[in-house]
Amino acid sequence: MAKTKKLVQLKPTDIKEELLAKYPPKVARKRAKQIMINEATGSGTAPEIMANVRTIPGIITMRGCTYAGCKGVIMGPTRDIVNITHGPIGCGFYSWLTRRNQTDPGPDGDNYMPYCFSTDMQDQDIIFGGEKKLAAAIQEAYDLLHPKGICVFATCPVGLIGDDIHAVSKKMKEKFGDCNVFAFSCEGYKGVSQSAGHHIANNQVFTHLVGESDKEEEGEFKVNLLGEYNIGGDAFEIDRIFHKCGITCLSTFSGNSSYDQFARAHHADLNLVMCHRSINYVADMMETKYGIPWFKVNFISANSTAKSLRKIGQYFGDPALIDRIEAVIAEEMPAVEAALAEHKPRTEGKTAMLFVGGSRAHHYQDLFGELGMKTLSAGYEFAHRDDYEGRQVIPDLVPDADSRNIEEIEVTADPKLYSPRKTEAEIKALEDSGFEFKDYEGMNTQMDEGSIVIDDLNQYEAEKLVELYKPDIFCAGIKEKYSIQKCGVPMKQLHSYDYGGPYAGFKGAINFYAEIDRLVNSKVWSYTKSPWQKSPELIGTFVWE
Amino acid sequence: MALLRHTPVEVMERKALTINPAKTCQPIGAMYAALGIHGCLPHSHGSQGCCAYHRSALTRHYKEPVSASTSSFTEGASVFGGHANLLQAINNIFTVYDPEVIAVHTTCLSETIGDDLNQIFDKARKEGKVPEGKTLLGAATPSYVGSHVTGFSNMVKSMAMLAEPTGKKTHKVNVIPGWVEPSDMAEIKRLAALVGVDITLFPDTSGVLNAPLTGEYKMFPDGGVTIKELKACGDAMGTLALGEWCSADAARWLDAKCKVPCTVLDMPFGLAATDRFIDVLRTVAGVPVPDAVDYERGQLVDMISDMHQYFYGKRVALWGDPDQLISMCEFLVSLDMQPVYVVTGTPGKSFERRIKDICKDQPFEVKVKAKGDMFLMHQWIKNEPVDLLIGNTYGKYIARDEDIPLLRWGFPILDRQGHQYFPTVGYKGGLRLLEKMLDLLLDRKDRDSSEQAFELVL
Repeated sequence: MAKTKKLVQLKPTDIKEELLAKYPPKVARKRAKQIMINEATGSGTAPEIMANVRTIPGIITMRGCTYAGCKGVIMGPTRDIVNITHGPIGCGFYSWLTRRNQTDPGPDGDNYMPYCFSTDMQDQDIIFGGEKKLAAAIQEAYDLLHPKGICVFATCPVGLIGDDIHAVSKKMKEKFGDCNVFAFSCEGYKGVSQSAGHHIANNQVFTHLVGESDKEEEGEFKVNLLGEYNIGGDAFEIDRIFHKCGITCLSTFSGNSSYDQFARAHHADLNLVMCHRSINYVADMMETKYGIPWFKVNFISANSTAKSLRKIGQYFGDPALIDRIEAVIAEEMPAVEAALAEHKPRTEGKTAMLFVGGSRAHHYQDLFGELGMKTLSAGYEFAHRDDYEGRQVIPDLVPDADSRNIEEIEVTADPKLYSPRKTEAEIKALEDSGFEFKDYEGMNTQMDEGSIVIDDLNQYEAEKLVELYKPDIFCAGIKEKYSIQKCGVPMKQLHSYDYGGPYAGFKGAINFYAEIDRLVNSKVWSYTKSPWQKSPELIGTFVWE
Repeated sequence: MALLRHTPVEVMERKALTINPAKTCQPIGAMYAALGIHGCLPHSHGSQGCCAYHRSALTRHYKEPVSASTSSFTEGASVFGGHANLLQAINNIFTVYDPEVIAVHTTCLSETIGDDLNQIFDKARKEGKVPEGKTLLGAATPSYVGSHVTGFSNMVKSMAMLAEPTGKKTHKVNVIPGWVEPSDMAEIKRLAALVGVDITLFPDTSGVLNAPLTGEYKMFPDGGVTIKELKACGDAMGTLALGEWCSADAARWLDAKCKVPCTVLDMPFGLAATDRFIDVLRTVAGVPVPDAVDYERGQLVDMISDMHQYFYGKRVALWGDPDQLISMCEFLVSLDMQPVYVVTGTPGKSFERRIKDICKDQPFEVKVKAKGDMFLMHQWIKNEPVDLLIGNTYGKYIARDEDIPLLRWGFPILDRQGHQYFPTVGYKGGLRLLEKMLDLLLDRKDRDSSEQAFELVL
């Protein structure tokens, strides 16, 4: 299949029709609103895409649940907090070491990430309630490990039987005195995807951790990096670059994080938002409560890294910092350019599809762009409309039954800790020079006209897209990997990076170029047909010739 | 520094907290079993995260596509019941994916709210959502009871319950292999064919979860037991259930309801368990064992005797699922190895009794625990080390920390290949287990030997 490229140009409208053709009418109507032919480029207002809505039962989705978003994604990388899953064993088991959040336990050495803690609820706990078992489990974890913090995660049955995990946690916190215990009502049935879990997790981190440390932090240019999960060591590469530039990263939410980092995050002078989807609201809340401005960055691709660094320089406005940033970029870019010179001739003109996450389907288009590759179709697994269309649509988003049950916390300026990092005049001067705060233009604007944007792509549509477009590479997650590859199309996991990486920053870009070159030019896909399948005619000879 | 650096040597009794489990939950077992039905789409009746987690875990283990759908419960469904979601799912699945069978398993969520699958199936059929000739299959798999092994067993029992006895016996024998690899299922079929017994193997994931790369994706690969075969299993002359935990319930149901007599055997790992399997096969079918089987058996005995000196007295810690551990322990003891620590997360006092029985009168004391966890086993190892670990990939953290070789065997294996293709059941499988153990033990010997004692020939 990889060998036989379709020559006919397919019209995006035909493709959309083809994707919907097999669905029952009700399903087709809903999916039609989640499949959008991009018109954003140059034509003013983009068409609306429906996102962050329920997955249709029976349609094989890529999505996971709220628990996965909360315990797996956001709290997963918190190395020195003991994360206890309150529920039957499965949820804890599946989220045990299956995301590739790397961590550096540092001098204190505390690292509970290789452990899985669960209350392993049994039928009698479901019938009589699991609060006593939970309290006992928290006590046992405390007695064994004496951690700084213990977090408790609710699974589906916990919400149904009405265990008050927050009351139990509060009671245990008071009992211990030296261990912060708090809980997350992240039952899997809440919300419509992992996204709800991110929100629940971030709200609790903001409420119970951020602002806990009153120790002044050293560093001339103090930032937090929000929405970077250190998959494959991405955050390490970003930290390396920050360090070279003289930027102090107080806290990363939540890759390579620690309890103390969260606790001190409010001392930063700038919040950098990497994954807009999972965390933009935390940046907003920190601005309201502490006066820390934020803007969107992207450290995926060399040019985006350079651009983000320059914007940090411009924000602080310090000539020495700006010079250092320029020097770092000048120092890093030759290796990037050398790698591109090697790989790009082999990747130029190839095509890609990306269906992943809440920001990676956008960020990674920059890397494919640097390789001269075209993104034919892309979409997110759990994003909201603003991630597609830009933040200007946020006021128009109408809460529905699913989003209403995710707590929104009311934040006001902290009477003691609020201090605006920039004066109104400074902000205005920056904005007048074209500097944007709280900015995110969404994925659609960057994509070509006629490209197809699909929210919550499912297995059937993925198969159809591959069949119709025959892309050179398809990017999604582990569940999608092997069905795509059975078609003879290489598949790159952008959740786990296929156990490679890092792909962030300058060194990450170089890694990615090499990896994509390997994938799209690999000869392994040519082995699918045997010689006798290629030329099946039988020519009988009875003697060796 | 150690990865599991917080695991203390002193064992503190825990009543409420499980750390590093040696089991997972029921639904994934039901999903794996259902994949062994031809043309089947497993369906998870619960939140969509369950399905995503199970598919991911199975995909990471088999490196194959694992299609399965979900009822995608929302808060509303959790309050009012999931019947509307399941009805909609059934309609969508048959329309879009067109499987022969949908095998629905429940979750802790749908079990807690009390959804009744049969009632929902009846409604689906009445509403015309199930096309002619298609099958709906359901299994109750509450995650808060038993383990993934229980879920597997429950789905296999539901498969047996498809039996439609005609009263006319066939010459076929039902073989229920239990939760083994696709390669093991293929090997069991090969052995039965070699002995000359016509079997119906269910479930059968060979050809489903070890399928070839052809350039064409088949959502429903060629393998799997067919519904027709399952309907006919009530007419079989008998059932061999391999593994008390995985397979016995289905076999006993067929015995009680369809008068198909059953024998429950251990899974055929190792010499003695394979001997019993072959012996029962030839007895029920009334056929002599062909020389080819004796030949394979002789090769296994040959390798055991050739390399006995390296197995003798080696202390082993193993964890996993009861049926596998029982046969493996017996095999290790037959090699004069010492399975000193044996842990399963699956509950069952009879497991502990069985392991103790296998290890009685041996020159070592066995520590065995059902409903145990890997944290406890690691503590035992810290107190008195072993020479070899046998278990799933999660053991690699212990292996690295304690510098002990690990034989990856069981579920899940997330970081090595081969288990899908090379069986460990039967005599050939025994050879592979020996080869793998020897590689580990002798690589270790080569690494640790002094310069003077380093040898070319072993």
